[in-house]
Amino acid sequence: MSYLEYNVKSAPTGLRKILYLNWPVALLLASVSGAGFLMLYSVAGGSFSPWAEPQMKRFALGFVLMLGVAMVPIWFWRSLAGLGYLMTVALLVGVELFGTVGMGAQRWIDLGFMRLQPSELMKITLVMFLAAYYDWLPAKRTSHPFWVLLPVIAILIPTALVLRQPDLGTSILLLAAGGGLMFLAGVHWAYFAVVLTSAIGLVTAVFRSRGTSWQLIQDYQFRRIDTFLDPSTDPLGAGYHITQSKIALGSGGWTGRGFMQGTQSRLNFLPEKHTDFIFTTLAEEFGFLGGISLLGLYALIIVFCIWSALTNKDRFSSLLTLGIALNFFLFFAVNMSMVMGLAPVVGVPLPLVSYGGSAMLVLLLAFGLMQSAHVHRLR
Amino acid sequence: MKKTRAETDFSHRRISRRAALLGGAQLLFIGGLAARMRYLQVDQADQFRLLAEENRINVRLIPPARGEVFDRNGMRLAQNAPSYRIVIVREDAGDVDAVLDRLATIIELAPEELDRTREELRRSPSFLPVTIAEDVSWKDISRVSVNAPALPGVTPEVGLSRIYPQGSDFAHVLGYVGPVSDYDLSKITDPEPVLRIPRFQIGKVGVETKLEPLLRGKAGAKRVEVNAAGRVMRELSRKEGTPGADVQLTVDAKLQGYVQARLASESASAVIMDCDNGDVLACASAPTFDPNLFVRGISVRDYSSLTENKYRPLASKTVQGLYPPGSTFKMITAMAALEAGLIGPDDTVYCPGHLEVSGRRFHCWKRAGHGWVDLQTSLKRSCDVYYYDLAIKVGIEKISDMARRFGLGVKHDVPMSAVAQGLAPNMEWKQQTYGQSWRVGDTVNVSIGQGFMLSSPMQLAVMTARLATGRAVEPRLIKSVDGVEQPPRGGESLGMNENNLRKMRRAMNAVVNDRRGTAYGSRIIEDAMRMAGKTGTSQVRNITAAERRAGVIRNEDLPWERRDHALFVNFAPIDRPKYAVAVVVEHGGGGSKAAAPIARDITLQALYGGPPPLEAYPTKDRERIEAQQQELQRMQPQASFVGRDQA
Repeated sequence: MSYLEYNVKSAPTGLRKILYLNWPVALLLASVSGAGFLMLYSVAGGSFSPWAEPQMKRFALGFVLMLGVAMVPIWFWRSLAGLGYLMTVALLVGVELFGTVGMGAQRWIDLGFMRLQPSELMKITLVMFLAAYYDWLPAKRTSHPFWVLLPVIAILIPTALVLRQPDLGTSILLLAAGGGLMFLAGVHWAYFAVVLTSAIGLVTAVFRSRGTSWQLIQDYQFRRIDTFLDPSTDPLGAGYHITQSKIALGSGGWTGRGFMQGTQSRLNFLPEKHTDFIFTTLAEEFGFLGGISLLGLYALIIVFCIWSALTNKDRFSSLLTLGIALNFFLFFAVNMSMVMGLAPVVGVPLPLVSYGGSAMLVLLLAFGLMQSAHVHRLR
Repeated sequence: MKKTRAETDFSHRRISRRAALLGGAQLLFIGGLAARMRYLQVDQADQFRLLAEENRINVRLIPPARGEVFDRNGMRLAQNAPSYRIVIVREDAGDVDAVLDRLATIIELAPEELDRTREELRRSPSFLPVTIAEDVSWKDISRVSVNAPALPGVTPEVGLSRIYPQGSDFAHVLGYVGPVSDYDLSKITDPEPVLRIPRFQIGKVGVETKLEPLLRGKAGAKRVEVNAAGRVMRELSRKEGTPGADVQLTVDAKLQGYVQARLASESASAVIMDCDNGDVLACASAPTFDPNLFVRGISVRDYSSLTENKYRPLASKTVQGLYPPGSTFKMITAMAALEAGLIGPDDTVYCPGHLEVSGRRFHCWKRAGHGWVDLQTSLKRSCDVYYYDLAIKVGIEKISDMARRFGLGVKHDVPMSAVAQGLAPNMEWKQQTYGQSWRVGDTVNVSIGQGFMLSSPMQLAVMTARLATGRAVEPRLIKSVDGVEQPPRGGESLGMNENNLRKMRRAMNAVVNDRRGTAYGSRIIEDAMRMAGKTGTSQVRNITAAERRAGVIRNEDLPWERRDHALFVNFAPIDRPKYAVAVVVEHGGGGSKAAAPIARDITLQALYGGPPPLEAYPTKDRERIEAQQQELQRMQPQASFVGRDQA
């Protein structure tokens, strides 16, 4: 589908575009981020520094960035999909070569004014690239083995690079988002069946490799899985995080212990309370009602995105929107499963709420693309 | 690639289908998360709330103040005094090494103490205080306080420590306290948490350990909020504990001090007891030691000098030391015979100096014999043959039974360590212990308090009190607990014929006040204070027939540990017995020479409530006694605790 095929008349122009933005999504993003500021203020013991203030600044920057991206026609972004993908892969290689070691893993490149995590960017550019690929590929070839192999390689290259950092959480997210997009694009069921079967086989192999010379994942990753399966075996060691997190959640009860009254976080029993485990503080202080409200906001964002995709007849746009929504979903679903003791601790932050610069900027950038697709949608 | 309208629609339909599918799956998963959240936060809320509280709230014990111990006149025998220590907090100190070096220039610190402090500082969290020096003098504390600005993070702290102001006088009665050891904990099932407080002191020996439950008190507790690192954030609530009960003993500190000084460095012990209610007024064992050394942690050198001393200063000889009572037992043999009606008023026995019993010859201490003796003469002059004869007539069962009625071979309930039961042997006992039948010779030995017969000075004092009163006096050491008077135990009549008892008392009177009595030299001449008693000299070795032929070796010529024990028991005043006394001087030689003078001095001291006038002594002794009194006054230090600077 080329530029000319758009029903140009229906696409708004100039400042009118602002009216055509998906305002519910924008407002929902702002409220989720607002909840994040509140919690960062609380875990700092009632102070804007060191977390809430920088986070607010970054959100403001990100929100403006999102609107800026939304103003640019989606077909322009589509034309950058291939380039973006290649550049991000190059950045990942760059991290591999020159990256700074932080938290025991090579994850970011120091740009001076901010630290860039290429793996975060990769989530977007991969989705963009795949959406563009399936937009270009004639529908009947979608399930042809050759045309299936190409995107698989495109997914596996960055996944492998991220896994090498090593960052198991992000690489699983990449794999899941890529696979999800292929599923949305209409690749035949049989492929997924084969992949799922072999994935189960692989997991078995990984576990079998433990302690042998060809061990496939790091020891600490094994330990995380162990403690996830039974946190009580190691309550003061690696299982500590999960146990304390569940205690914080559970002690919140229906209505929580009140703003800034959460003892688990205030007394430092919670690990990484301002990043990966921030949801536990929210659940402790605002209880089940607070937690379910945040979950509801997230769900609404997903619903609005899917609705926007379904009403958009442009294939690239709807695939991109769905891919971004899926990414977003995987993000918070993995984090929440983790803090609720349903998944191992893999180090995935809660989108827009956890303290963290590049994750928030990249997410808002992604929603900028989604907004652009919404504004310039094909009716 | 050009796309037809149909193609676009087709792919759009497919995307819509799959998007709906995936979207549905996502919403389903979100629903699952919500359900999980509900399970954790609503269904299991109570349990997790509890766990969060457990995380956050820490119960810290407040050690109770230990009960103090007083003598019968309210003088402090054991008290809690502030003890100072210097602690350092790493996070406040900054450069720990520099601060410690500076501290070492201000007060004297052993290099190993500094090393231990550094090591502890490395291991413990930065906010926890680490003790640099304990039991620091007030002078050093002031120096540290004055130099506080140069010593960041270093603070003096005050705690309570046990002090025995009477020093060594009550070492054996009170015992001492010390920090709880692993061994102590291993002996107690389910130990109280307070015992796990570092440096908490519990009784180790003597009254301190026997009355531990009373003295310890109940620990208080404060609930504090702690963070994950264990740092105390704030105190939530506080429940004060109950301090231990104050205990008043029946002992008289002044008298005890005198007795201890009078025994001096002999290996001896003495008990003086109130005949009426059994109050133990003094209970001294010599040589003694300073219990304060044990509280602070005794040095290896001091400890081995105590354990290697052949006079056994650590032993509490008054209750733990068992001796053959020797001739002091003769009253029991006589009472057994009198109560059995075996002695007529004019019965006499001829003492040729020995008695043949089933082929064995038993000697009287006087080789030439005493000739014809009756009851009073036999006791007065301590004739052995008379009692051999009586014992054969009475039999061991009656004698053993009589001994127990007088409190020998019976474990008295005194809250001191290692109270011995002693032994009043009978046929059954020998059969069980040795698997041998009782022989007449055994009875003959027991009749004069030798052979199997064993008793402690405390038991001898009880025996004497019972002879003096005819009542079952029991020793009492605890006068009151927290101001509540403890009733005396026993005191009921022994059920003996009063005439018989009177005969014994008359005979004991003769022992001391008759010109030919064995203790005549130790009489009291003040009429209202006269005492009655009995000497005893108990053999610790066998005298062979050969030695007897050659002449028995005199005590002075024997090595110390083979000499005879010297014993003396007495009560006074004769008309209205008030005090009963027992003195044992280990390997002291003859009872009349070594033990009786001590007993008399103690008795007079008690009767006069202080140094007695010289008029109470026989005229020819006065000069010697005066010198002795002055000597004792010089030796007996003013009752105060030396060795610690006070604030």
